[in-house]
Amino acid sequence: MSSVLFDVPGPKALRRHRMIAVATVIGLLAMSAAVIYKLYTENQLTARQWEPFVTPRIVQALLQGVLDTLSAAGIAIAAAVVFGLFFGVAKMSEHWIIRWPAWLVVEFFRAVPLLLLIIFLFASFNRSLGSYWCLVIGLTLYNGSVLAEIFRAGINALPRGQSEAAYGIGMRKTQVMSIILLPQAVKIMLPAIISQCIVALKDTSLGFVILAPALTTVGRRIYGEFQNNFATAVVLAAIYIVLNLILSWLATKAQRRITSGTQVKIIDGQVQA
Amino acid sequence: MELGVLTDNFALILDGFVQTLKLLVVSAVFAMLIGTLVAAARVSPVSILRTVGAVYVTVFRNTPLFVLLILTYFGLPQLDIRFSFFTMVTMAMALYTASFVAEALRSGVNAVPVGQAEAARAIGLPFGQTMTQVVLPQSFRAVVPPMASVFIALAKNTSLASSFGIAEATARMDGLLNNNASARLEVFLGIALGYIIIVEVISGAAALLERRWRVER
Repeated sequence: MSSVLFDVPGPKALRRHRMIAVATVIGLLAMSAAVIYKLYTENQLTARQWEPFVTPRIVQALLQGVLDTLSAAGIAIAAAVVFGLFFGVAKMSEHWIIRWPAWLVVEFFRAVPLLLLIIFLFASFNRSLGSYWCLVIGLTLYNGSVLAEIFRAGINALPRGQSEAAYGIGMRKTQVMSIILLPQAVKIMLPAIISQCIVALKDTSLGFVILAPALTTVGRRIYGEFQNNFATAVVLAAIYIVLNLILSWLATKAQRRITSGTQVKIIDGQVQA
Repeated sequence: MELGVLTDNFALILDGFVQTLKLLVVSAVFAMLIGTLVAAARVSPVSILRTVGAVYVTVFRNTPLFVLLILTYFGLPQLDIRFSFFTMVTMAMALYTASFVAEALRSGVNAVPVGQAEAARAIGLPFGQTMTQVVLPQSFRAVVPPMASVFIALAKNTSLASSFGIAEATARMDGLLNNNASARLEVFLGIALGYIIIVEVISGAAALLERRWRVER
């Protein structure tokens, strides 16, 4: 690989690079050896620790957890898109009486930690809603607010001529928004929306705190039963990584297919317009 | 509005936010250090280092912070690795946040004009010096807004520590919610306000730095 940051390596540099590479490999091997040794001496590599994950009952529980996690994230994102569309458009309203409350709602839910929100929802509405819906509503409010910002940034990123032309041929405000601006903005925003799906999927792990049915809560039951905290955490991490990688793969595919040109980027819920 | 619950427990809440800030600062410092190293590895001439950096980012960015916390808090003691709660929580948060720092920085490295690195190479600087003397200082400036977003996320993520034995602001809210059933909304809004202030301070500082460090091109 050539890069602007370094020259094409000559014989000396190549030797040096090879030495660094060897040192890295040795370092990594030493580290993994130390980890494996530690795991071995602490009896973490025994069948007792890992056997649950091939036991049908536990595998089924984990699969159920995956389904619950996916459904919580899915419902939350679907609702968040509606929420985001509504508030994103409201934030751009010409009337301050619509704009300000929308701004307040979006900024509030974006700045408040999701866990704080979930714990509050759980304390207040657990009896009427149950922990699952507390989690879903929390996810919806947070991700909806982030999506509102994404939608707004996406609409702002469109060339002015689009809305001007639409007004010029006599369209009304709602028509301009729904027929001209939003369809184009969604195209630009799709990658950002999908990466928000990944965020929502990761955040379902917070269900643990309120014992909502999700992957981490299943994990809690498993290590409660088998005392294999370490193994369970590793398995949970692996499942989440696989789920997220599948989502990112879908994201890049969708991106290639649908989008071109300008895009809205987000980093952990913050829009980088 | 029963704001009494907030004023009566003000010392408690303040103490919680002090813990939150401690978590934030310590994790942020370590996340910066690790993240810079990972970012450097990701653009280095040695392909193995690039792979290691990429794997690090993939693993830690796609694992929920909560699962990492379960790993360090419940998992490590089983390996007879025992640190204080604070150390274990900050470890997970620093490792997690480092992957986002690395990605932000890498985008910053890409944003530095090609001529800068070329000029550095032309006067004979090796990769290490090209990075430390020329490219990284400029990329730090270029990534102030995304970096601020990373740290805002970190500030909010410190709330997860409440489930792992640290009495920070969210844990305080949990306690207050249970003891003041009639004033739950007030408690929630009060603590939320604290977080909003932290978030606003970070983004304000970022705006200031961005203006001060703006590179004239």
